[in-house]
Amino acid sequence: MNVTNILLIPLLPLLSFILMGLFGKSVFKGKSGIAGTLLMGGSFIFSCITAYNYFFITGKGSGTIYRQDIPFKMTWLQFGNGLSIDMGVLLDPISVMMLIVVTLVSLMVHIYSLSYMKGEERFPAYYAFLGLFSFSMLGLVLASNIFQMYIFWELVGVSSFLLIGFYYSKSSALAAAKKAFIVTRFADLGFLIGILILSNEAGTLDFQELIARLTTQGEVLSSAKGSLFMGLSALSWGLALIFMGAAGKSAMFPLHIWLPDAMEGPTPVSALIHAATMVVAGVFLVARLFPVYAISAPDVLGFIGNVGAFSAIFAAIIACTQTDIKRVLAYSTMSQIGFMMFALGVSGYGGQEGLGYTASQFHLFTHALFKALLFLGAGIVIHHIHSNEMKDMGGLRKSLPVTHICFLIACLAISGIPPFAGFFSKEEILLAAYERNRPIYYVALLTSALTAFYMFRLYFTIFWWKPEQHSADHHHQHTENIYNTAPLIILAIGSVLAGFIPFGNFVTTDGRELSTGFHLEFSIAPVLMALAGILSAMYLFKKENNRPKDVATGLGMIYTAAYKKFYIDEIYIFITKGILFNLIARPAAWIDKNIVDGMVSGSGKATGWLSEIIKDMQSGKVQQYAMAFLVGIVIIVSVYLLAM
Amino acid sequence: MTEPGLYHLLTISTIVFFAGIFGFFTRRNLITMLMSIELVLNSVNLNFIAFNKYLFPGKLEGLFFTVFIIAIAAAEAAVAIAIIINLYRTHQSINVEVAEEMKG
Repeated sequence: MNVTNILLIPLLPLLSFILMGLFGKSVFKGKSGIAGTLLMGGSFIFSCITAYNYFFITGKGSGTIYRQDIPFKMTWLQFGNGLSIDMGVLLDPISVMMLIVVTLVSLMVHIYSLSYMKGEERFPAYYAFLGLFSFSMLGLVLASNIFQMYIFWELVGVSSFLLIGFYYSKSSALAAAKKAFIVTRFADLGFLIGILILSNEAGTLDFQELIARLTTQGEVLSSAKGSLFMGLSALSWGLALIFMGAAGKSAMFPLHIWLPDAMEGPTPVSALIHAATMVVAGVFLVARLFPVYAISAPDVLGFIGNVGAFSAIFAAIIACTQTDIKRVLAYSTMSQIGFMMFALGVSGYGGQEGLGYTASQFHLFTHALFKALLFLGAGIVIHHIHSNEMKDMGGLRKSLPVTHICFLIACLAISGIPPFAGFFSKEEILLAAYERNRPIYYVALLTSALTAFYMFRLYFTIFWWKPEQHSADHHHQHTENIYNTAPLIILAIGSVLAGFIPFGNFVTTDGRELSTGFHLEFSIAPVLMALAGILSAMYLFKKENNRPKDVATGLGMIYTAAYKKFYIDEIYIFITKGILFNLIARPAAWIDKNIVDGMVSGSGKATGWLSEIIKDMQSGKVQQYAMAFLVGIVIIVSVYLLAM
Repeated sequence: MTEPGLYHLLTISTIVFFAGIFGFFTRRNLITMLMSIELVLNSVNLNFIAFNKYLFPGKLEGLFFTVFIIAIAAAEAAVAIAIIINLYRTHQSINVEVAEEMKG
């Protein structure tokens, strides 16, 4: 396997970042978009070559099992006794799959932004940030060392921060960027402590070593399981804290509050970062350490499953009531990531038990395609209408024909209607849940009905509802062009076809093939649920009427609570402002101001007071000094003489 | 007329020394003060010569010190006069009492 090819995958976007960052304003200007897109295209091509090589030529070696390959590794920081931070490349089915997802969606977003961000003042900076993000995300998925992953994990956080706050003159964008950064950073604290606990127990930071030592019976594992703190072993604590980091990035309840606000960023950014790639980093992290979770800490894995299922239904309920189309999509993303999480949570290790793991990665893959498509489509709608609000939309199917078709495909895919991609991945998830955890299965079934409902509510209010309002200016007719429709069409084709990929052949817990048959009788219930969701959305939203309002008033309190996102933001404000700020920050500020600062300024004041007293001694008269000198000498000499 | 002894020389040296000190403290003119300092230096020279001649005849240390002090006094006078000239330029006076900006 060619190492340079693989290294170029993350390094080309880095080059794009450096070039656009340093010379974007002076040299590239309007051409930055093209240059960044070409570099990203190169990265995509190398990813495809790598994926082909891995899956069909080198991945299995001589056997029949996909193994983990480390084509490149260098020690960056050595701590002694085997503990070191390395920079390396780890190829295995999930990282190679993520390479394709990240570079494909990133390339689509690069192309799309050529038209979407055209004429922006900071156009080169935008492409520089996209390059930085792609580089960090690719570094994250390729990481061979848990600390390397952590470094890139923070880097994607920074690029997300920069891109959410791209319109920094808007105060809401600034606030959203800060919120996203602080919330994920808080979660990452858990990740860091988790890394420290695990590396302390296992004595290594290397993924392969770490997983091997923590899954094989022996001294390391029994000591890790032994040391108890508040009823949980060290291993469980470490893994739970790592999941905290994952939950922060992947917007799991209750750390999801940053994701809806992150929609303040440019829409292509939402498609890339907050739908397809960065937010699934948490799923990827759990999948990366999956053997440890599944074999050594099933209790934590069960917890992950419950959190995922709760987040899925919680977000789906909120999504039904929101009126900002990007926020609906944000909650939908959270709900779908909940699906991936609980799929991991219900999975076991090895053989048919590992169906949930395969399903989760499959859903990650298909979700990236259709959710990016939804966001890019929403971007075109927003440009067309100049508003994010549903009430300004309606009847757009005539003026945005391509967007309409692509959006419909994506909605069908996410609702799980055969033969679109989402159907296959969601079926697998439901099957895994059905076999291993019945309560989660029922929650998931309900959630998929809700998913179909809110997606088609979105679809009908944008494209049907009422006749299109024609405004005076006619430039509206040209919102669609080759740059923004081409990515839509490519992603739509992906959303139709991706479901037919035999995912079980490639991505499984243990690298062996897994047959993921198609179970007709099992599919009836979810598809019927989805159809029910679609039909009720159609009944309520196809033509302008009063039924949605009546339903909302009928639901009363429940509707209001969901519309207000179940007051989670208010609870956060109460905890941070009311409790943390008043009880901890204020006393700390008082101590800092009056005691710590008091000591510093007190010593300054004492010096000033003393010098005020003695400053008259320096009169500036030379002879006075000389006289003092003489008197001094006389005194010393006379003392000396008298002492003799 | 007897040969002048060590005590005579030391007496003269002491008188010259205190004359220099007195001049330094009572005069306000910088050049006069400089001359007073030269008196002090010369009284020291006289001491060196006297001790060398009467206590350690045949040795040369005292003479060398004297030569050094004369050389240094010359250099010091050059520096001091440069300072005085600059003081005159800025203050139009060489009275030591007009230059007291350096007070606290």
